Amino acid sequence: MFFTTIASILAIAVLGLNLQWGNTGLFNGGVVAFFGAGAYGTLLLGGTPQADHIGGFDLFYPLALIGGAAAAGILAWVVGRLTLHLRHDYLAIATFGVAVTFENVMRNAQGLSGGAKGLRGFTRPLEAWVNDGFIYNVLFLTVVVVLLICTYWFLERLICSPYGRQLRAIREDETAARSLGKNPGAIRLTAFITGSCILGLAGGLYATFYAFVSPQDVLPTLTFQLWAMLIVGGAGNNRGAIFGTFLIWGAWTASGWSLARFAPVEVQLYTGTMQFILIGLVIVGMLMWRPQGLLPERLVVSQSGTKKLN
Amino acid sequence: MIQSLTDGILVGAIVSLGAIGLTMVMHMLRFANFSHAELLSIGAYSALVFDALFAGILPSLANNIGPLSMTWALILSMLCAMGVTGLSAVLINEFVFKRIREKGSELSMVFASFGVAMIIRNVLGLIFGLKSQLYSNDIVFAVMVSSEPQLLIKPDQVFVLLAALLIMLVLHFVLSRTTFGYALRAVAENPSLAEVTGIRLSRIIALVWIISGLLAAAAGVFYGLNNHINPVIGRDLVLPIFAATIVGGIGSVFGAVLGGFIVGIAANMALLVLPSGYSPAVPFLIILVLLLVRPHGLFGEAET
Repeated sequence: MFFTTIASILAIAVLGLNLQWGNTGLFNGGVVAFFGAGAYGTLLLGGTPQADHIGGFDLFYPLALIGGAAAAGILAWVVGRLTLHLRHDYLAIATFGVAVTFENVMRNAQGLSGGAKGLRGFTRPLEAWVNDGFIYNVLFLTVVVVLLICTYWFLERLICSPYGRQLRAIREDETAARSLGKNPGAIRLTAFITGSCILGLAGGLYATFYAFVSPQDVLPTLTFQLWAMLIVGGAGNNRGAIFGTFLIWGAWTASGWSLARFAPVEVQLYTGTMQFILIGLVIVGMLMWRPQGLLPERLVVSQSGTKKLN
Repeated sequence: MIQSLTDGILVGAIVSLGAIGLTMVMHMLRFANFSHAELLSIGAYSALVFDALFAGILPSLANNIGPLSMTWALILSMLCAMGVTGLSAVLINEFVFKRIREKGSELSMVFASFGVAMIIRNVLGLIFGLKSQLYSNDIVFAVMVSSEPQLLIKPDQVFVLLAALLIMLVLHFVLSRTTFGYALRAVAENPSLAEVTGIRLSRIIALVWIISGLLAAAAGVFYGLNNHINPVIGRDLVLPIFAATIVGGIGSVFGAVLGGFIVGIAANMALLVLPSGYSPAVPFLIILVLLLVRPHGLFGEAET
């Protein structure tokens, strides 16, 4: 239950990442910053007022969630405006920097984010009304799965639309796309912002589930995990993204559990270290031996009636 | 104020050494190598191993040189560590980056470099433990150069600065006076044309990796000498080094040197106005400002 909820939330995030990287070819090195913006945004907007930091506007929950996603979108707009017209590695470096800075600011800005202690004082929506932990978790999972399906459906529609074709056209050959009168800069920016909003949505749900967020939740580790999920599943394929999420999150949970269960105590200190090596090996290994992922991108022929390519 | 400036120059020298290698690799292979800073860790740790080895074999080597906490053993170790790191850089290229370059895009290489960084960082943590270590447990007192305004300098710092400048000078001569230097610039300008004139591309690429490894190892040892050695050196330095390359402009060695000093000084000066908790964010602010003002860096050329 717990596992499925978290995996579904992460799957939403990986779908957002897939729009950026898989479909548009944008490298986001700071996934956690957008995820975290959504998480902090949601809790600040939807939480109860606190003495020691701003926020706690006690907004109606769906509004808070949308606000969180919007916060991620605004962050993406700022970063995108500065870097999307440059070489692709600038975007990688800048987004990586955003993630480091975001974590740093959240850790230090007591008045904004509660600092290293994190944000508390958030009551999960309808929790008092349901009044039963198990049923509440079932309900929460249902909502998350519904949102996951909505995101999936939205993205599937999007990549089949003329807009989706533009994204792939830019990814494959920017000059050709430009010669057809498309504006790669603007299209990239919208794709980057849309993907980041989805990441923010996932972050908001994640924070809601725990009713708590701290700088510990926005460490770069999460970025690597989400990437591994997308790379294993198959960049450019939404089903692959979801499949990869469940697979990697399952492997992560299982390896953590078995190390904690069977490994001697002195080794357990290094559980995280060993898990990171595994994730690193998975990323490098997949890129070397099966760069298209387990479920590769299918060639979409979005206009019926035209001749099939290849 | 003047103290921050001095400390900044020192940090800048270390960042510069890291940035030179990164800018060369990024220019030549056209991808952002996030595992570059891990080469500094490899250098720092292998020097630690060699240092213990040399001090064990010949105890007389373990005496301090003059007022420095540096020993002859550590200087020898640093040279060995440079060799080990250069070799590791070539091996990483051979086993990972080269294969991925043949298969996928530059983007896959950026991803892979993150993976490589993670593997190196955590394997080092697994071998040497997560605790911080030092080359020498002696406390070296800083010398007060002037009291008003207050300025304290450790002898080690002067040594590191001079050594870094010396290494940069040697590199400058190698790049500007040797056939290898010409070949390298030719490859960076136009790889296929360079191959036509008889330059072996794979050899030049391997040599670039070796140079970047050598410089990174020196930077790692210098960093360890002034701070301490732990597995997250790479994580802490990756952003400043990237900032230095971007400030200097990707591909410009002079730019990287200057960028390193700018980043080092700015990061230390920023602490005068910002609380110290924010220091990891400063390199990013520098990157942002630069992208706004001069997106291709001080010495970089616009690329298509």
